[in-house]
Amino acid sequence: MTAMDAYNFAYLDEDTKRMIRRALLKAVAIPGYQVPFASREMPMPYGWGTGGVQVTAACLTPDDRLKVIDQGADDTTNAVSIRRFFQRTAGVEVTEETEDATIIQTRHRVPEAPLQEGQIMVFQVPIPEPLRFLEPRETETRRMHALADYGLMQVKLYEDIARHGRIATAYAYPVKVEGRYVMDPSPIPKFDNPKLDDSPALMLFGAGREQRIYALPPYTRVESLDFDDHPFVASKADHACDICGATESYLDEVITDDQGGRIFVCSDTAFCRSRQEDRQ
Amino acid sequence: MDMQPISGGFADAPRQSALAFRAIIDVMSRPGKLATLQGATPPASLSVAAGTVILTLADANTGIYLAGDLDSPALRQWIAFHTGAPITTADCADLAIGTWADLHPLDRYRTGTVEYPDRAATLIVELGETPAPNASLTGPGIKDRIAAFVPGARPTSFPLGLDLILTAGAQVSALPRSTQVEFA
Ligand SMILES: [Zn+2]
Repeated sequence: MTAMDAYNFAYLDEDTKRMIRRALLKAVAIPGYQVPFASREMPMPYGWGTGGVQVTAACLTPDDRLKVIDQGADDTTNAVSIRRFFQRTAGVEVTEETEDATIIQTRHRVPEAPLQEGQIMVFQVPIPEPLRFLEPRETETRRMHALADYGLMQVKLYEDIARHGRIATAYAYPVKVEGRYVMDPSPIPKFDNPKLDDSPALMLFGAGREQRIYALPPYTRVESLDFDDHPFVASKADHACDICGATESYLDEVITDDQGGRIFVCSDTAFCRSRQEDRQ
Repeated sequence: MDMQPISGGFADAPRQSALAFRAIIDVMSRPGKLATLQGATPPASLSVAAGTVILTLADANTGIYLAGDLDSPALRQWIAFHTGAPITTADCADLAIGTWADLHPLDRYRTGTVEYPDRAATLIVELGETPAPNASLTGPGIKDRIAAFVPGARPTSFPLGLDLILTAGAQVSALPRSTQVEFA
């Protein structure tokens, strides 16, 4: 028996995959609504994206090419572990190129390269409920979604403006889907929010610990919450990448020495590398 | 019940169900798009696509309603053997299967609740053959608009509603509740 035969395809048993698949179809049919599902123990800790891993496992076919990124990078421990996990359990091909991938599992970023029709993005989500930090009771947040009663969220954002002169939320900036459900886009920088709107790719969100799945079909209207007098701005550091010179990509600030030296580099490592190769 | 092996299931369930599910989520997330769906060989009364949907999505936790002439001992046995799914009445069904006429009246099916709109039935509508487009669709999953065949009006007050999977031979398409339909 080879290592791969010791597992079911993509690790999860068929009953679990069927349950997740049914939840995914309802999530697609009700964009932005969080579908409860019975999350399974995975051979990795919760912080490692067990929700995303289960969604990926339920979607993978033997023909897929999988890309996994963590904070934009393909080579972090988390990304490498998840990629190896599916190479071993599903025998799928892997890639670091956004354009070549059929499924992209991500934590905290949307790639810079434009997504395409037929691609699936799988987001790892720690806290799927965008209203949770305003209202801890599940019964209440569920009622608020049922009634589309999002006044509390508007009040919170407006208090930000009163206090800071702007909306302070920089990550997991809430969005409204097709004018109906308010949704947590996962802890991506708000710079990435516009990439969710009218995307040609299917976007799936999995929260393992919180046991929720939600989705954005392609070409879905996704608006970041804002106010007429304080419109949403997809901000980033006001620099060019110090490695590839890109001015339109999201940047990480990297400390280079203990004298306070620092550089700005693309958070999307595959994007930065392909730009460097193009210049040579 | 006669539990002799019944043919027509997946030969390699993990891989065939994975491929079938991708076709199903692809059409559910792109209303109006047609895809090929095969792998199952159900009794003659059921299409290959509908049989493949059942093998992919149904198990002991999904109640199935067989509408009209579709409800036969042979099909009940096939479903029981390959999925273990219980056959239920229309009002409890997670999956309901039949022709559009036989599935009526549509107000029998669960459309979800305002707090749990996901607790709604999925109707697998057997078309016989794929008819020409008779409607224009807009909404999530659709770039601008797309012409498609829609069997008829369905009760939808979003986010509540019924999600349709349309099957004809080995062809499948879908009409989630989020789709707006204008008949030509
Ligand atoms: Zn760069």
